[in-house]
Amino acid sequence: MAKRIDARNLNIYYGKFLAVADVDFTIAPRSVTAFIGPSGCGKSTVLRTINRMHEVIAGATVQGELLLDGEDIYGADVDPVNVRRTIGMVFQRPNPFPTMSIYDNVAAGLKLQSSRMKRSDLDVVVEKSLRAANLWDEVKDRLAKPGAGLSGGQQQRLCIARAIAVEPQVLLMDEPCSALDPISTLAIEDLIQSLKQKYTIVIVTHNMQQAARVSERTAFFNLAGVGKPGQLVEIDETQKIFSNPTEKATEDYISGRFG
Amino acid sequence: MTSLTIPGPLAAAPGSGWRKAKDRIATTVIYGSFLLALVPLVWLLWTVLSRGLHAITSDGWFTGSQRGITYRDGGGGALHAIVGTVEQVALCTVISVPIALLVAIYLVEYGRGPLARATTFMVDILTGIPSIVAALFIYAVFVTSFSGQRAGWLVSLALVMLMIPVVVRTTEEMLRLVPNELREASYALGVPKWKTIVKIVLPTAMSGIMTGIVLGVARVAGETAPLLVLVGYSPNDNSNLFSGPQGSLPGMIKDQFGNLGSTTILRGGHKVSVHYAADRMWGAALTLILLVMALNLLARLIASRSKVSS
Ligand SMILES: Nc1ncnc2c1ncn2[C@@H]1O[C@H](COP(=O)(O)OP(=O)(O)OP(=O)(O)O)[C@@H](O)[C@H]1O
Ligand SMILES: [Mg+2]
Repeated sequence: MAKRIDARNLNIYYGKFLAVADVDFTIAPRSVTAFIGPSGCGKSTVLRTINRMHEVIAGATVQGELLLDGEDIYGADVDPVNVRRTIGMVFQRPNPFPTMSIYDNVAAGLKLQSSRMKRSDLDVVVEKSLRAANLWDEVKDRLAKPGAGLSGGQQQRLCIARAIAVEPQVLLMDEPCSALDPISTLAIEDLIQSLKQKYTIVIVTHNMQQAARVSERTAFFNLAGVGKPGQLVEIDETQKIFSNPTEKATEDYISGRFG
Repeated sequence: MTSLTIPGPLAAAPGSGWRKAKDRIATTVIYGSFLLALVPLVWLLWTVLSRGLHAITSDGWFTGSQRGITYRDGGGGALHAIVGTVEQVALCTVISVPIALLVAIYLVEYGRGPLARATTFMVDILTGIPSIVAALFIYAVFVTSFSGQRAGWLVSLALVMLMIPVVVRTTEEMLRLVPNELREASYALGVPKWKTIVKIVLPTAMSGIMTGIVLGVARVAGETAPLLVLVGYSPNDNSNLFSGPQGSLPGMIKDQFGNLGSTTILRGGHKVSVHYAADRMWGAALTLILLVMALNLLARLIASRSKVSS
């Protein structure tokens, strides 16, 4: 199920602007990897290249290879739509579909991906996904109500349920807790712990404690200088990054000496 | 801030007194302007309603035509005009809406580069075309060049040219209001772009699009120039869009206006002068307004339905 990700020599552009240069990393299946680094260093940009969401932006391009279990997802004959079915994404701000009920939000991926499913099968998937997202008990009596009527934390868990309902193999999360209160944040961190049994997870966060709590490996991104592209400084075991990083820049960032 | 630098009469208590006064002045100005803007609207509605109500509540207004009725005769109906207007506008809407929606979707979701810029430019130009010019163009093409006959459907074609830019503009605005995050959420689920547009973007913008369509209909339903040039006016029933002169509400208003005049009749032993044509003119105007309003309500109903069930 879960897949391994290898980035080789990624150069990521917005038009002519090189946003992130020369990124190499490997992410093991069924693991949680955290991306940390100062604002504007390209964490979101790198994350979005992993499921080809980067190219949705006009003029945005990627050079290099990104291998999913050895297969280049930027290969000439690869359909980005299929890549995104395999690699799900949760965004910084909860974004449930406003015209849809809670049920339809969770079922949206399956329904819109064209698979004709029986209602009873769909019911099973919706319940399973909502349970996995720790939301089932809170919404089981109001599945037909609009998804936009939930609280921010519930909406974010709804978005996670929506993302895992299509059974991706990798789950990308871009600051999923930044709009949430501490309790909802804990709920989502617990959720990440249970999801990593099945999925490969990459999470962008500005919260060091969160990175330390949820991830096994941590990647530190930084800007090489003003006006220079972002780069991957180092990626290592989370424990090592936070106690004894190889690079001085990482240590400075972690100990709060800049950023 | 200015209250601190300008010592006013309330300098002893800087801030609160002057601030409240400013608040009151601003409030008064805003409410005043609001009421002022309301005056012409209410006045117009009141005039049309008070003068037209008599005609549209009279016997046979919604069932009869004006066949053989002169300004000396009372009675007669507006059915021939309602049928003509509804048919012409309906045909126009059926042609305009799909084209306009596709153009708007192209401009917002796909349009890049010179073709998109050219399209926007064309829509801008189309917006500024006077209805009489659109009518003459259709006349030149279909009647002069192809020696066709004047008929209702030609009116519809001229109205299409007026309606498309209105619907394109409002639809474009509504589609741009749909947050990009929703499109991205859909792409991230592995949904292709066209399906994202059909299933996510359009439903989200639906109520606004409906409003735009109604605005477009309201815009063309009262157009008179294309009627004069392309179909004329008939006081008789003619529900055939493709042959012969047809009645229409603006046409009827103009026809009655051209035959204003009073007649003296005996009522209860007294001679009184009555204005049959004027009554019917206001009646037709009121009917036109009611028609557009009914459509507006219908569109709102459809829009709210589609939101719940999608
Ligand atoms: N849509 C875009 N068009 C052009 N440039 C962009 C776009 N999005 C991001 N950038 C640029 O790319 C660089 C990296 O941005 P990115 O959003 O990836 O940073 P980030 O590390 O996620 O920051 P944050 O922590 O604030 O979210 C920045 O210089 C930014 O200005
Ligand atoms: Mg970011």
